[in-house]
Amino acid sequence: MTITPSIKRDYLSKLAAQGKRADNRKFDEYRSIEIEIGYVPKAEGSARVKIGNTQVVAGIKMGVGEPYPDTPNEGVMSTAAEMIPMASPDFEAGPPRENAIELARVVDRGIRESQVIEVKKLCIEPGEKIWIVFIDIHILDYDGNLFDAASLASLAALYNTTVPAEHFEIGENFPLPMKDPPISCTSVKFNNAIVTDPSLDEEEVAEARLTVATDENGDIRAMQKGLNGSFTVDEIKKVIKASIDNGKKIREELYKIVGK
Amino acid sequence: MKNDDIKLFQDGKRIDGRTNDELRPIKIEVGILHRADGSCYLEWGGNKIMVAVYGPREAVPRHTQNQLRAIVNARYNMAAFSVEDRKRPGPDRRSREISKVTSEALEKILLLEKFPRAAIDVNIEVLNAEAGTRCAGLTAAGVALADAGIPMKDIPVACAAGKIEGQLVLDLGKEEDNYGDADLPVALSPRTGEILLLQMDGHLTIDEFDKALDMAIKGCQKVSELQKKAIIEKYIAELEVE
Repeated sequence: MTITPSIKRDYLSKLAAQGKRADNRKFDEYRSIEIEIGYVPKAEGSARVKIGNTQVVAGIKMGVGEPYPDTPNEGVMSTAAEMIPMASPDFEAGPPRENAIELARVVDRGIRESQVIEVKKLCIEPGEKIWIVFIDIHILDYDGNLFDAASLASLAALYNTTVPAEHFEIGENFPLPMKDPPISCTSVKFNNAIVTDPSLDEEEVAEARLTVATDENGDIRAMQKGLNGSFTVDEIKKVIKASIDNGKKIREELYKIVGK
Repeated sequence: MKNDDIKLFQDGKRIDGRTNDELRPIKIEVGILHRADGSCYLEWGGNKIMVAVYGPREAVPRHTQNQLRAIVNARYNMAAFSVEDRKRPGPDRRSREISKVTSEALEKILLLEKFPRAAIDVNIEVLNAEAGTRCAGLTAAGVALADAGIPMKDIPVACAAGKIEGQLVLDLGKEEDNYGDADLPVALSPRTGEILLLQMDGHLTIDEFDKALDMAIKGCQKVSELQKKAIIEKYIAELEVE
């Protein structure tokens, strides 16, 4: 560990021992969330999401292509994340590195496996032609918790999406068919403290990270543990509870914005 | 790229209702990013552009360092969703060229000799593109560099003029760019009148070029006022808070 994070670690751990966080939040308290849809008119759907100072834009483009042979009547989705040098002094230009790929894959899985996009309604001609949904995530300002910000921005952008059928001369435009979304909520652990929605400093000193996506019924739809630290079973249950509670609030916020 | 179906003028007005020497609406916000040393958000017609400046900081890899002055890395990047058909992420030949001419334009105006071996990184992100992104990007970069407090001789500004259906016009819009006869992007040091960037494509007579250049320079000066206003507003607002 280099010097700066170890100083930060001491500071944040001391605060945590007194039950405090550097920005005065409670351990399970989320930062304020701002969602704006239709941010990019050129995109078929788009959203800008701010979680505290973290800022992410997601844009959806639609294309027409061939289905995979094993799912001849289902649309396809593809997710890419760019950690552009704009967002942090530590991000470098160039093709996506490990972190950007993990981020894109976790977001992709959350959306794909929860079947929030109704891919069966994205078939144009079975076995021949289907819609492809491209989700592109642009990280603009990095102040921690990209997983949640990127997932939320992607979901909001998908709800904002109109399938441009007229542009491709296949019938009338229609809204992208969507079901209820799972909401991701991330917590990290350092020095036996567990905090939800980590800030950048908290993320830098974190030993373990856990992202839990929950649905409207409070059921778990996806999880990803990261970093080389570990959790006890009790700690995991605590994280899940915080994820359900915060997920509920974030879902309300999202529904309010997308008009659902 | 002639298209006889498209009329770029109607009742003496341009397709979006502008007069020949009128700019599209411009909105500038300063310091919109938390991490960056300086930043700017610019809306120019349908363009939405963000610029983040980092530096001066040590140039890496070391072989890029210049012993006598700082280097400028402008990086123009279009988001995949910023255009009609999805653009593959990452730099292409066009964006590399724009990055290069933008870096060169900024090098002329920054006091680079104050920071040997350093790099000044200027990240230009095009989130929504609608004609004239390189001018908009450079204009936003000027504001972000000022916000970062990097010493410079002047705040650079850019604006294009062009020719559509035989008439000279300021600041081409989307259709005008696609179906027009010429496009002339110009970047200016507004205080000294020095030209920092100049490109042209299409067809102009010498006389038309003189007029178009004059038009672009006048456009730059108008945009320059908006830049200064945005910067002053931000810092006055900060003073009031204190």
